[in-house]
Amino acid sequence: MTGMGVLVGGPGPAAELLLLDVRVLDPRAGIDARRDVRVSGGVIAELAEPGSLQAGEQEEAIEGGGTLVLVPAFFDPHVHLRTPGQEHKEDLRSGTRAAAAGGFAGVIAMPNTDPVVDSAPLLRSLRDAAAREAHVAVGFLPAITHGLQGEQLTDMAELRSEGALGFTDDGKPVVSAGMLRKALQYQRLCGGVIALHEEDPTLSRSGAMHEGAVSAALGIAGIPTIAESTMVARDAALAGYEDARVHFQHLSCAASVDAVAEAKARGWRVSAEVSPHHLLLTEEAVRGLDTRMKMHPPLATETDRRALVEGLRSGIVDCVATDHAPHAREEKEVPFEQAPMGSTGLETAFAALHTELVLPGVLDLGLLVERMSAGAPLFGLPAPLIAAGQPANLALLDLDAEWTAGEHGWESRSENCCFAGRRLRGRVLLTLSGGVLAHRDRSLVPVGAR
Amino acid sequence: MNHLLSIEDLDRADIERIVSLAERFAEVSDREIKKVPALRGRMVLNLFYEASTRTRSSFELAAKRLSADVVNFAASGSSVEKGESLKDTVLTLSAHKPDAIVLRTPWAGASELVSKWCSAAIVNAGDGKHEHPTQALLDVYTLRRRLGQIDGASIWIVGDVAHSRVARSDVLAFQRMGAKVTLAGPPTLIPRDIEQLGCEVRYTLDELHTADVVYALRMQRERMSEMWVPSLREYASQYQINAARLKPHQVLMHPGPVNRGVELSGEVVDSPQAVITAQVEAGVVVRMAVLYELLAGSSPGSAEGASPGSAGTHERGVAAAPAGRPQAAAVGEGQLA
Repeated sequence: MTGMGVLVGGPGPAAELLLLDVRVLDPRAGIDARRDVRVSGGVIAELAEPGSLQAGEQEEAIEGGGTLVLVPAFFDPHVHLRTPGQEHKEDLRSGTRAAAAGGFAGVIAMPNTDPVVDSAPLLRSLRDAAAREAHVAVGFLPAITHGLQGEQLTDMAELRSEGALGFTDDGKPVVSAGMLRKALQYQRLCGGVIALHEEDPTLSRSGAMHEGAVSAALGIAGIPTIAESTMVARDAALAGYEDARVHFQHLSCAASVDAVAEAKARGWRVSAEVSPHHLLLTEEAVRGLDTRMKMHPPLATETDRRALVEGLRSGIVDCVATDHAPHAREEKEVPFEQAPMGSTGLETAFAALHTELVLPGVLDLGLLVERMSAGAPLFGLPAPLIAAGQPANLALLDLDAEWTAGEHGWESRSENCCFAGRRLRGRVLLTLSGGVLAHRDRSLVPVGAR
Repeated sequence: MNHLLSIEDLDRADIERIVSLAERFAEVSDREIKKVPALRGRMVLNLFYEASTRTRSSFELAAKRLSADVVNFAASGSSVEKGESLKDTVLTLSAHKPDAIVLRTPWAGASELVSKWCSAAIVNAGDGKHEHPTQALLDVYTLRRRLGQIDGASIWIVGDVAHSRVARSDVLAFQRMGAKVTLAGPPTLIPRDIEQLGCEVRYTLDELHTADVVYALRMQRERMSEMWVPSLREYASQYQINAARLKPHQVLMHPGPVNRGVELSGEVVDSPQAVITAQVEAGVVVRMAVLYELLAGSSPGSAEGASPGSAGTHERGVAAAPAGRPQAAAVGEGQLA
């Protein structure tokens, strides 16, 4: 793969493509204009006035009609690809196919697999497998502590030399402040971002949903928002003290946004992500005890949701991350309290956010596009850019296409999507990852084939 | 009504219909032969994932008094221990074509889930800490008999609200019947935002004297090890309903089993103000009414000869049969703990 640093992706022919009269929208490149775009040898070769480029012999031409939108491909810093050990939920192929279908050219896989990704040989084998099998570029965050147990640091320097983008115990918090402090100190040697799942287990206990009016009515043990926000505040202070670089994963409540804002105001090196489900859903979605609505951290209140949207808009929250968490049907087809946490999200992220936040005028389309690829630079990777000479990491969008999430099944091996059945507007027609065609929607017909 | 999953699903008219039906069944319980043929040939399956003697046997007795066949299936010692999922257990047992499944599980919403997997009428006999609708119906029945009407009554529910499915169903049922409900207990055991159900919350019993009805909840000993309260002694000193706290005009209720000396002092359990055994009695007739409502149609009397009113004819017929069967045999193997 080209241009994605230490990410790895499967092999494929370099794309030869001519996009005629598409709306090129890339806030980083400062462009929002109709253009003809030529991709040659997997690289963006030309951006020209519409009507000025002609298709060559080997090129596929696609007519944008001035309405299809070409954006820098999305980047998801938080997915669960379930390899190794849980391939009944997802694997490198199915997970990256889902990513490509959602317009993502790159993803970062979490280490809470079976076994946990906490050693260099395992990381190396995963990267080798990704180089053979992945449809989009994949990066890895191995564990901070062995087995996610929070007791002993992994061989972080060796893992970095094997291509680790950083470290996380995602799925679990680093409960001990002293242990996290050691990891932050050790970061001076090895670098890499420390990404944190924030949860105080003495507060979250056996909770299965947000603590509030809905959990009180359902009699389900609740997880209070302070279980997250106090840990965000604690770890931001640790990062500030050690001048370390930390990233807060899947923020879920207003108090956590406040804690990140405070840390940023102090100049501490922190960043944060938010998931589409926390931006769009609340505890009310849990009232019917649909296990697809069970996730960690839990869906909170409307006040929290609005604070997260505002945080994303203002930039206090840096990027969107799906926390794509596939689970097999039989694992989710159980009573709510027994079900595992998580929802898939790669295939619906853009369409759901476009439908619910951009179309009603809450967020600007350009801002959403920027936030959906902003995860890459946070982990030291180049941000995808639409400019001549750049590798083609592109997504072509039809903003008017209406579809029902899940109507044609899923690319993911699992179907536990919290947006399943929703009517969505906005469809990813084409995804290029590192110059290779990773996804093409069945509706997309090349010029001349009509 | 196809299922009884929660009080949440019921309106006042539903509750009153079931309770009135139960009052008609009470007459059956007072007969020498405590059995009507209303559900003859129907099968009621008791599927219990939690230990329960009272509720299970109360349902069993109710079903048998309606002449239904009863199968008891306890999760312990069964295929469930071999790892069978709830769905597969239900699908397997459904192959026996039960007309009703009475389900008790430790999981909120399990009854609703099961109702989507099979065609039997589902009766929620407790789903986690969510609801226990037949308990609330029997509480309404008991209270209506005692007070005449519930409208305007002040009902205090005292104790471990957080872990109580009874509390949640009762709050909804009492409020639908026009009562004003106050929840009182240790702040650690009153869920945040529960007042959004429309009730009030108190952390002391200072105003308990304003209540018409005091409903004490069971204080489970394991809550101590989980550190929800400092000690049973401290709990009793703050929240025990005793002779000093219970005023003569107040009715005392409890879902059982009672921890004497913890949530209730011995003298109030034995006082005439306590309707605790009346609640147990009500359990059978209310569950008869629920099973009848679900299996014999929502309008009593529409099923010819099957309603409790007309059942008397059959009953006499049965009673006139060979020398009147002994009472125990008519009741069947059902037993109350």
